[in-house]
Amino acid sequence: MTEVLDSYQLLLKGSWITIQLTVYGSVLALVLAVVFGLAGTSRNRAVRTLNRVYVEFFRGTATLVLMFWFFYALPLVGLRFTPMFAAVLALGLNVGAYGAEVVRGAINAVPRAQYEATIALNLTPAQRMRRVLLPQAVALMLPPFGNLLIELMKGTAIVSLITISDLTFRAKQIQSSTGETLWTFVVILVLYFAIAQILQLLVRYAERRVDRMLGRRPDKGDGKLSDLAVGAPGSGVG
Amino acid sequence: MSWDWNYTGEFLPDLLSGLRITIVATLLGYLLALALGLVWTLLRRSRNPFVSQTTRWVVEFIRSTPLLVQLYFIFFVFPSFGLTLGPLTAGVIGLGLHFSAYTSEVYRAGIEDVPRGQWEATVALNLPRRRVWQDVILPQAVRKVVPTLGNYLIAMFKDSPLLLAINVIELLGAAYKVGTETLRFLEPITVVGLLFVLVSVVSSIIVRRLERRYATY
Repeated sequence: MTEVLDSYQLLLKGSWITIQLTVYGSVLALVLAVVFGLAGTSRNRAVRTLNRVYVEFFRGTATLVLMFWFFYALPLVGLRFTPMFAAVLALGLNVGAYGAEVVRGAINAVPRAQYEATIALNLTPAQRMRRVLLPQAVALMLPPFGNLLIELMKGTAIVSLITISDLTFRAKQIQSSTGETLWTFVVILVLYFAIAQILQLLVRYAERRVDRMLGRRPDKGDGKLSDLAVGAPGSGVG
Repeated sequence: MSWDWNYTGEFLPDLLSGLRITIVATLLGYLLALALGLVWTLLRRSRNPFVSQTTRWVVEFIRSTPLLVQLYFIFFVFPSFGLTLGPLTAGVIGLGLHFSAYTSEVYRAGIEDVPRGQWEATVALNLPRRRVWQDVILPQAVRKVVPTLGNYLIAMFKDSPLLLAINVIELLGAAYKVGTETLRFLEPITVVGLLFVLVSVVSSIIVRRLERRYATY
């Protein structure tokens, strides 16, 4: 136990990489989710197809396969990424595909009357989206986005397999240098759990803020199948 | 460097045996997840607050820590308690344990989604406990839960490549092995990627069918 805690510097370094990966990955995922999610609500058939292709493809591939592909296969055709870049790309593309479904589903879930009112008021499509539909959709998106954020954070553990020295990588390192198998992995699991709980607190805070901004009472959302399915890995959202 | 078709033909049999391991691990892990998830759900419904709260935290813990680290834990830590597991066994237990946290949430949500009036009606009709579950609650809960559970089967299939980290030669592991032997990763990993997309697209079509079939009351 003490030997593991003595390696706290390695643990800190690893945690920092894990947090960095989570931040970069989720920023990329968020951008992709908004772009492709909006594409999914377009009236233009070609644009909607773009959304389907992106979502089906990147939700369909396993993240680790994608990461290996970027890291091992692409250099053979002349595209060479740093491990960090390959990892962020794989995580962002994968989680972004789930996020795009969340965005699309949330926009479609805004009551139809709101949409009709924007037409009655003669708003332009951009105004409709920006001033009426998106603000209401954002409140619906937050809980599933929170789940996705935690999925992404957990997903970062696989980067240790392409030589990035994140928390999991450090765990293996500490395990082989100290021989303390049990405590190393207990400590690592607890660290991941702590990071997840902190992320959850941040998401709850954001949910409360947005609900208050929109003048809604916070929805407890406990035990509703629809809430749960939305952020789940591999679930068809929308 | 361009695609080498001869090479692709040569390694396909290796990938197929990898695929077999992937399927075995996914199905066994899924069965374990379905069963263990039920145990969590029942424990959470316990009237003893200690049991139900502890279960809540256990499930939350399993759900918010990475599958990869859990696999390492099972594979490396269990032997120090005198329980040495083969890679595939450890992998199946890891997948099953990890996804049991998800299935248990699905069961719970399914049960809680049954309208309150249905519970009240069973009280009004004075139905015995067994018939409440068997004839009223479960039939309604199950039809809502089936598509979601189907999604988790797909999710588990997509997480199965992580098993290569504990030396299971599943699909991606087989591709990686072929790649290290020939120093050509392009073809094997691309083929694996395409296989995953194929299986996921087909299975999500099936799940969507299930949704349509079970969604109507």
